Amino acid sequence: MIKHREKKEKSPLRQMEMERRITICAFLAIPLILLMIFTYIPMLKMVQYSTWRWDGFRDPKFIGIDNYKKLLSDPRYFTAFKTSGYYFVGSIAQIAVALYFAVIFSYKMRAKNFFKGVLFFPSLLNGVAIGFVFLYLFKGDGSLNALLIALGIPQEKLPLWLGNPKLVNWSLTFSSVWRYMGNNMIMFVGAIESIPGELFEASDIDGASKWQQFKHIIMPNIRTIISLNMILAVKGAISVYEAPLIITGGIGGSMTFVLQTLNTAFTDKKIGLASAMGVVLLLIVLLITVIQKRFIEGKEE
Amino acid sequence: MNGVKDQSTSIKIVRYAITILACLVVLLPLMVVLFGAFKTNKELLTTNPLSLPSSFGFLDNFKKAWTQGNMARGFINTFIVVGISIMATVLTGTMTAYILDRFKFKGRKTVKFLFLLASLIPSITMQMSVFQIIVGLGIYNTRLSVILLFAGTDIISIYIFLQFLEGISYSLDEAAIVDGASFAQIFFKIIFPLLQPAIITVVIIKGVGFYNDFYTPFLYMKSKSLQVVSTALFAFKGPYGTQWEVICAGVIITMIPTLIIFLALQDQIYSGLTQGSVKG
Repeated sequence: MIKHREKKEKSPLRQMEMERRITICAFLAIPLILLMIFTYIPMLKMVQYSTWRWDGFRDPKFIGIDNYKKLLSDPRYFTAFKTSGYYFVGSIAQIAVALYFAVIFSYKMRAKNFFKGVLFFPSLLNGVAIGFVFLYLFKGDGSLNALLIALGIPQEKLPLWLGNPKLVNWSLTFSSVWRYMGNNMIMFVGAIESIPGELFEASDIDGASKWQQFKHIIMPNIRTIISLNMILAVKGAISVYEAPLIITGGIGGSMTFVLQTLNTAFTDKKIGLASAMGVVLLLIVLLITVIQKRFIEGKEE
Repeated sequence: MNGVKDQSTSIKIVRYAITILACLVVLLPLMVVLFGAFKTNKELLTTNPLSLPSSFGFLDNFKKAWTQGNMARGFINTFIVVGISIMATVLTGTMTAYILDRFKFKGRKTVKFLFLLASLIPSITMQMSVFQIIVGLGIYNTRLSVILLFAGTDIISIYIFLQFLEGISYSLDEAAIVDGASFAQIFFKIIFPLLQPAIITVVIIKGVGFYNDFYTPFLYMKSKSLQVVSTALFAFKGPYGTQWEVICAGVIITMIPTLIIFLALQDQIYSGLTQGSVKG
């Protein structure tokens, strides 16, 4: 960079500085404009809307913090958070299963790539298609009941997988675990593969068991990615909407907070109230993120 | 003591049994849908869902799903929207990463932070205000609305490009500067082609995500003529509520491109996901 300075004539350094600035602005302009228009401006607008009573068409009316008061005073809105509990339990199970398969896939195994591929494949599939797959599985005369009858369970004892309010969220959670487990698994496989092979070889020579290897080599090396996945599980659990939207439409006790927010905005046309719900969710997610930062950075020290 | 490394046969058998069981849990729900897609309506109503169809040559359901179910149009719209969006997001992503990696300037950290913060916010909860912006821009119910929503970049793509840029020696840039090349020329003629492996990774991850996205087109491309694959399939819910064989065929049609991509690009998909997660 310094050499060619002499080559050009009229104050080449300044000319280059100009070009540098123009390049930076020109290259960042579109990405930043898109980021502003579709992320940050909507975020600010959401805060503004949350102080309005508004159907999205007629003139809005400023009502201060009434939307928030309504949210906090009506337990109906917050009970939808309970549903997230099911998905959270599901995600923890999902992480455990993913970890199990990631570990055994680090051993020698026949047809390993086939097994890995099968377990991973659902996470690439279209959510609407998965919704129909599980509707077909869970419906009264569906495949799951057919399977249970074939296994000898009497027909009258078969539950309504999607119609029973006590069961519906477990059924939906199962569909979510079925869908996303492979994704966690591949991340864990990647993390285990990045552990230097000598560690395993040395412990093999020392006669360490597989369990000892797991406890003393694998776990310490992938702890960060596991805690990251845990935090993502919490965030994922409170942001669920697609499975209930497609499979049950949110009825029969399967409503989640996000789906309720979307319905409030686009079905009930209560943009102000929906925005207040959005702000509450945003604050919760940011709080979790702050905890995550503390947690993971604390672990690494 | 030599038995420790080679675990006992029974442990191995258990391990295989659990793996095979898990694979069955994954495959069974898909297999029954595949069977259903080849059954006639009468056959579906009278036979056990676990039973094989009488013929895998019966294709009427696929024809019905493809034509009456608007899936042909769905694939055309998906192709247009996903194709343009991918090109746009690769450009915005590589350009942002190029600037962040090769230039030191005031506000560099702020730019990075803005993208990072944006990735932490669940965008689904802001759709009521995004909706107003889309309407305000006059692009509601057009393909452009979804394309613009997909066109921006995100922190994971930026990280994947940044990681790769670190491996591209700065002496290449310097040599080009000596030859009198502008920064734009350096980017388009040297950096962009060299980023190809990272671009492929981002194209796969983003492409699968765009193809599977349901809510964005559902909300912003309402016309039947604008349906993409996801929304065309979702529309099966009403009219075909009792014709599960047609729904099954639609589901299988939707999954075929995904299966092809997976079989062809398995390794790139795995490494892409791992790369994306390392920094995330």
